[in-house]
Amino acid sequence: MTQPFYVSPEQLMKDKSDYARKGIARGRSVLTLAYDDGILFVGENPSNALHKISEIYDRIAFAAVGKYNEFENLRTAGVRYADLRGFQYDRRDVTSRGLANAYAQTLGTIFTESGKPYEVELVVAEVGEKQADDQLYRLTYDGSVAEEHAFVVMGGNSEPIGTYVKEHHDLTASLEVALQLGVHALSRSLDGTARTLAADDLEAAVLDRTRPRRAFSRLLGPRLERLLGQESSST
Amino acid sequence: MAADAGLHGRLPPHFTTPGSSSFSEFLGHAAPDLLPSHRELPGAVIDVPHGTTIVAVVHASGVIMAGDRRATIGNFIAQRDIEKVFPADDYSVVGIAGTAGLAVEMVRLFQVELEHYEKMEGHVLSLDGKANRLSAMIRNNLAMAMQGLAVVPLFAGFDLDSAVGRIFGYDITGGRYEEHSFHSVGSGSTFARSALKKRYRNGVGEAEAVKLTVDALYDAADDDSATGGPDLTRGIWPVVMSVTDAGARRLPEEQVGAVVATVVAERMTNPGG
Repeated sequence: MTQPFYVSPEQLMKDKSDYARKGIARGRSVLTLAYDDGILFVGENPSNALHKISEIYDRIAFAAVGKYNEFENLRTAGVRYADLRGFQYDRRDVTSRGLANAYAQTLGTIFTESGKPYEVELVVAEVGEKQADDQLYRLTYDGSVAEEHAFVVMGGNSEPIGTYVKEHHDLTASLEVALQLGVHALSRSLDGTARTLAADDLEAAVLDRTRPRRAFSRLLGPRLERLLGQESSST
Repeated sequence: MAADAGLHGRLPPHFTTPGSSSFSEFLGHAAPDLLPSHRELPGAVIDVPHGTTIVAVVHASGVIMAGDRRATIGNFIAQRDIEKVFPADDYSVVGIAGTAGLAVEMVRLFQVELEHYEKMEGHVLSLDGKANRLSAMIRNNLAMAMQGLAVVPLFAGFDLDSAVGRIFGYDITGGRYEEHSFHSVGSGSTFARSALKKRYRNGVGEAEAVKLTVDALYDAADDDSATGGPDLTRGIWPVVMSVTDAGARRLPEEQVGAVVATVVAERMTNPGG
């Protein structure tokens, strides 16, 4: 009988982490950004059907980068979790903290117990009555969870994007200003050059605290073009 | 509890199983005790509040649904201001007659079911799809109905594909019947339907349709003791909901109050309407 090769736990975890990180780095970035009336999500995504940004519950949304089938799986689990909670107790009892915990446990278990970790990074966001009550959680492939403020950048090219957002971000900005900042940031690349992103290349949505009950709303078509200030170029 | 498993380990497998966008199907795996159809039946007939009359009228730009405010236990008035007409989603409404507790629970499940599908699939169910889901829920309640705990809803909505208001009636076995022009369910429905039959004409406008429903409920309350008329001393009016291409909304109290005042004033000189 042959003995299996010994691999130290440190090496095993490191290999898994490297594998997951590489997978995530291949994908395009998604940016989550707080603005005066809510939270904005914007990412480069030419598909109109395969979303990276989605509604989970009345005041809660989800954004992800990485492998589509894996984060889609987590998204549906989150919708089920939230709807079950809300049905069992009350709509107000569904919180982003509970959901972030459930995701953290799930990702952590998958990372340690299965051969292949999920190649995903997630944001769970919730808008409150006022900006101070907003909550932003960032979850990584190994189940680590961090509470963030103001903004989160996920995906491949996150470093230059993060630097740009950090320099220019303003919590009191309007949706229009925040969106234009986000799109500028997304168009930065490592070598400092910038591309132009049109409305068609983008997926954008908001959690708008001024909306009654369901705060989530996708920014589509003419509304997105108007906010981007690209209206004239499209006609 | 199954629902809390997520806090102590990974979410159980039925949370991540792909394929189903139905909330009640998921509930059957995750927390079957929450599904009305999984419950043990009471051995004897019990006295519980019953909701009464609901009417719906199609008009030129959508559909109106209205319900009286009374719940009864036998000859006893259980509640004067119960609400029996609810928004099901952005473009549909549901009104309930029958066992109030079960009916309100069914509406809650139906609302979650529609929103759940929308979030899972990224688009809204067709109006027929929604009507069929409700049908399945009523069918699951058949055993309860046989014991006197029936729920009979009335469903109406704006069909975004054909841009018209539509009404669906049901029987306790889940049979679904599309009704044209108008319909009514509940103990006072015979009187309400007769009233609508005489007054309804094709192509009525929205404001006129609202008055038709209030008139019909007045007639139902006139002849059926389980249906409540407008309560002038307390200011309790029927719940009236309107669905058009702009979505479902409840008409404000003042607006309904004004219609009620007109109807009552007319009846002062002509009690039969």
